[in-house]
Amino acid sequence: MGPAKHDIIQDLRREILRLQGLKAATTEIPEDFGLGAISHVFPQGVFPTGVIHELTTAESPMSATSGFACYLLSHLMRRGTVSAWVSTHRTLFPPALAGYGIEPDRILFIDAASGRDALWAMEEALRCYQLAAVVGEVRDLDFTASRRLQLAVEKSKVTGLVLRPHGSPLVQNSCVSRWHISSLPSTPTAGLPGVGHARWKVELLKMRGGKTGMWEMEWSPETLHILPPAQTPATAAEWRKIG
Amino acid sequence: MEQRYVSIWFRHLLTDWKAIRTPALAGTAFVFTTKDRGRNMVSHASAAAQSAGIAPGMLLTDARARVNGLQDFELPENQETHILRKIANWCLRFTPAVALDAPDGLLMNVTGCAHLWGGEAAYLADLMEKLTAFGYILNAGMAPAPGSAWAIARFGTAGQIIPNGDQLKALSGLPPAALRLQQHTVNRLYQLGLERIEDFIKMPRPMLRRRFGPLLLTRIDQALGYGEEPLTYIQPPVPYNERLPCLEPIMTATGVTIALERLLEHLCARLQAEGQGLRKATLLGYRIDGKTVSIQITSNHASSHAAHLLHLFSIRIPQLEPGPGIETFVLQAERVQPVASTQEGIWRSNGGLQDVAIAEMLDRVSAKLGPSVIRRYMPQAQHWPEQSFRVTDSLTDNPSIPWPEKLRPVSLLAKPQPITVTAPIPDYPPMLFIMNGKIHTIKNADGPERIERAWWTDAGEHRDYYIVEDQEGRRFWIFRLGHYDPEKPAGWFVHGYFP
Repeated sequence: MGPAKHDIIQDLRREILRLQGLKAATTEIPEDFGLGAISHVFPQGVFPTGVIHELTTAESPMSATSGFACYLLSHLMRRGTVSAWVSTHRTLFPPALAGYGIEPDRILFIDAASGRDALWAMEEALRCYQLAAVVGEVRDLDFTASRRLQLAVEKSKVTGLVLRPHGSPLVQNSCVSRWHISSLPSTPTAGLPGVGHARWKVELLKMRGGKTGMWEMEWSPETLHILPPAQTPATAAEWRKIG
Repeated sequence: MEQRYVSIWFRHLLTDWKAIRTPALAGTAFVFTTKDRGRNMVSHASAAAQSAGIAPGMLLTDARARVNGLQDFELPENQETHILRKIANWCLRFTPAVALDAPDGLLMNVTGCAHLWGGEAAYLADLMEKLTAFGYILNAGMAPAPGSAWAIARFGTAGQIIPNGDQLKALSGLPPAALRLQQHTVNRLYQLGLERIEDFIKMPRPMLRRRFGPLLLTRIDQALGYGEEPLTYIQPPVPYNERLPCLEPIMTATGVTIALERLLEHLCARLQAEGQGLRKATLLGYRIDGKTVSIQITSNHASSHAAHLLHLFSIRIPQLEPGPGIETFVLQAERVQPVASTQEGIWRSNGGLQDVAIAEMLDRVSAKLGPSVIRRYMPQAQHWPEQSFRVTDSLTDNPSIPWPEKLRPVSLLAKPQPITVTAPIPDYPPMLFIMNGKIHTIKNADGPERIERAWWTDAGEHRDYYIVEDQEGRRFWIFRLGHYDPEKPAGWFVHGYFP
């Protein structure tokens, strides 16, 4: 493949991503979110911002998912400023955010009475271009609702994280990605008793314009450590792609 | 600025009111009575009764002798003030400054209102026509001072208007009673042959004071507009308000929106010119059936952005009941604040909480979902988990102490959930616990971390917290309430979840 042909393909790829609602990689230096080791699965090797990510779980309550979301949020808020957290039955303990490097007073909590109100509030917040990110705990998200959120972020370039509690109907929607997070037993730090660092199994079930994958990650208050794949024997069945 | 006042005089306030309430009484002779030393005295007589020679102060028995089948009613206490207040509230559609003028009138400051009706004559005619349509017999007058307005409403021609500077000429021909004098002063003036105001108004003031007391001079000054006459308005004046009378009654949401747009445009232009922003505003709609409807908005930051405020109002417009139609809209800004200068905005352009876009987004959310849905938290110097933070409703608040660094569960149950545990030895984490019928075997545990209550306010037992991990890798925050006591089973609870 000659260099000219390579460039053409790159351009076309970028164009397709733009049409799919993914922001083209900008000239500014992209944040790598500490996910550098797995960035090859993201389109153009960059964790997509300015889109809607969906985070699912099979656990109740979804503490592991919240933890992963807080980790992403802390990176999203590095550049910016303020974020919103929309939910109906919030159990998030605000002081815990301090452990992720997020000052809890920089989060605006919107506690809606119903799922419909929460979706409305989330859309309204996503339209506000001055927010760094909007996290929404949403049980019912059909295709139309997700499309509305997607249209909101396309204009404002705000990143949305939709947390789906256990039991949410996971239907086809227009979110750019679908992550599935579950807890894993921790390994105590060598020679020390007690609970080790939080460990999660993070499955990327869908990534528009990218690839899927499954990793084990260990989160300590400083960093997210992606464990080498040798420790994560994945079967072919688990690598299937949804949507 | 030259002031304009309107005085309204209700000739038969009480009896008109009664006749409106009881249409059968209209045009008939009837009286209100009060008890005076055991006798029934006529206090107010209807127009028909007065023409038959019945006057207030007459005995009821005498009155009955004059008119066959005279009906009489007891006068409820403070009824006049009550009626006047109701009419005054209705009159707020004409001007925000309405004062009661007991016993049978109203005084209104109409400065800057008449042009909205296309002139003072049209304004006064509309006011009188509407009140007459209710069934009141009245006269009204407009003048540069409350005293002269009062005089021409009672002694002038119907709907008389005195232009600025013409008070003396207009009042000259009126009797002394037009100056709101005490009865004995009026009698004395008549005894001296001074039957018109012009007869004595030019007399030397020291002489008038010596003969008739200082009140006469005060009243003359007030009537001519030289002396101050403070009025007590039924509602405190709102400095920022705009009104819009409509040609036709408005009944549709579209109509309301158009009216709002025009009101907001004027109000915001004024706010911007004065460097102010609105925090709280009310739209009042005066309906043609005499009722008043209103919708209110509040804003998280001082705003004079018309499009944004219109959006906030538009969420509420469906709650405004137009009924048979709204004839006048009034937009009041009850709370205004100086707007932070734009310069400051440029420095903070990377968006803090002071950012306008964020404040406007929050306004929209609180306008639709209620102001209580938005919460922001501040750290509080307390170790007890539930009290370690407090809610603030301000966007400008900053933490006074740093957030605690301790590792805390990402989700915390509002109410700790009791669990059954098997704990091997005192002060040791349990080996397993049962929650909701499921057995969790504990593989790893950290702790204990003892958290005491604020014992000076809250008497209760301390908590010993453990971070535990079960066989599936779920991490819990559990605690034992109080000390280990072999006599009674210890209370164990799950309080939160770690990621």
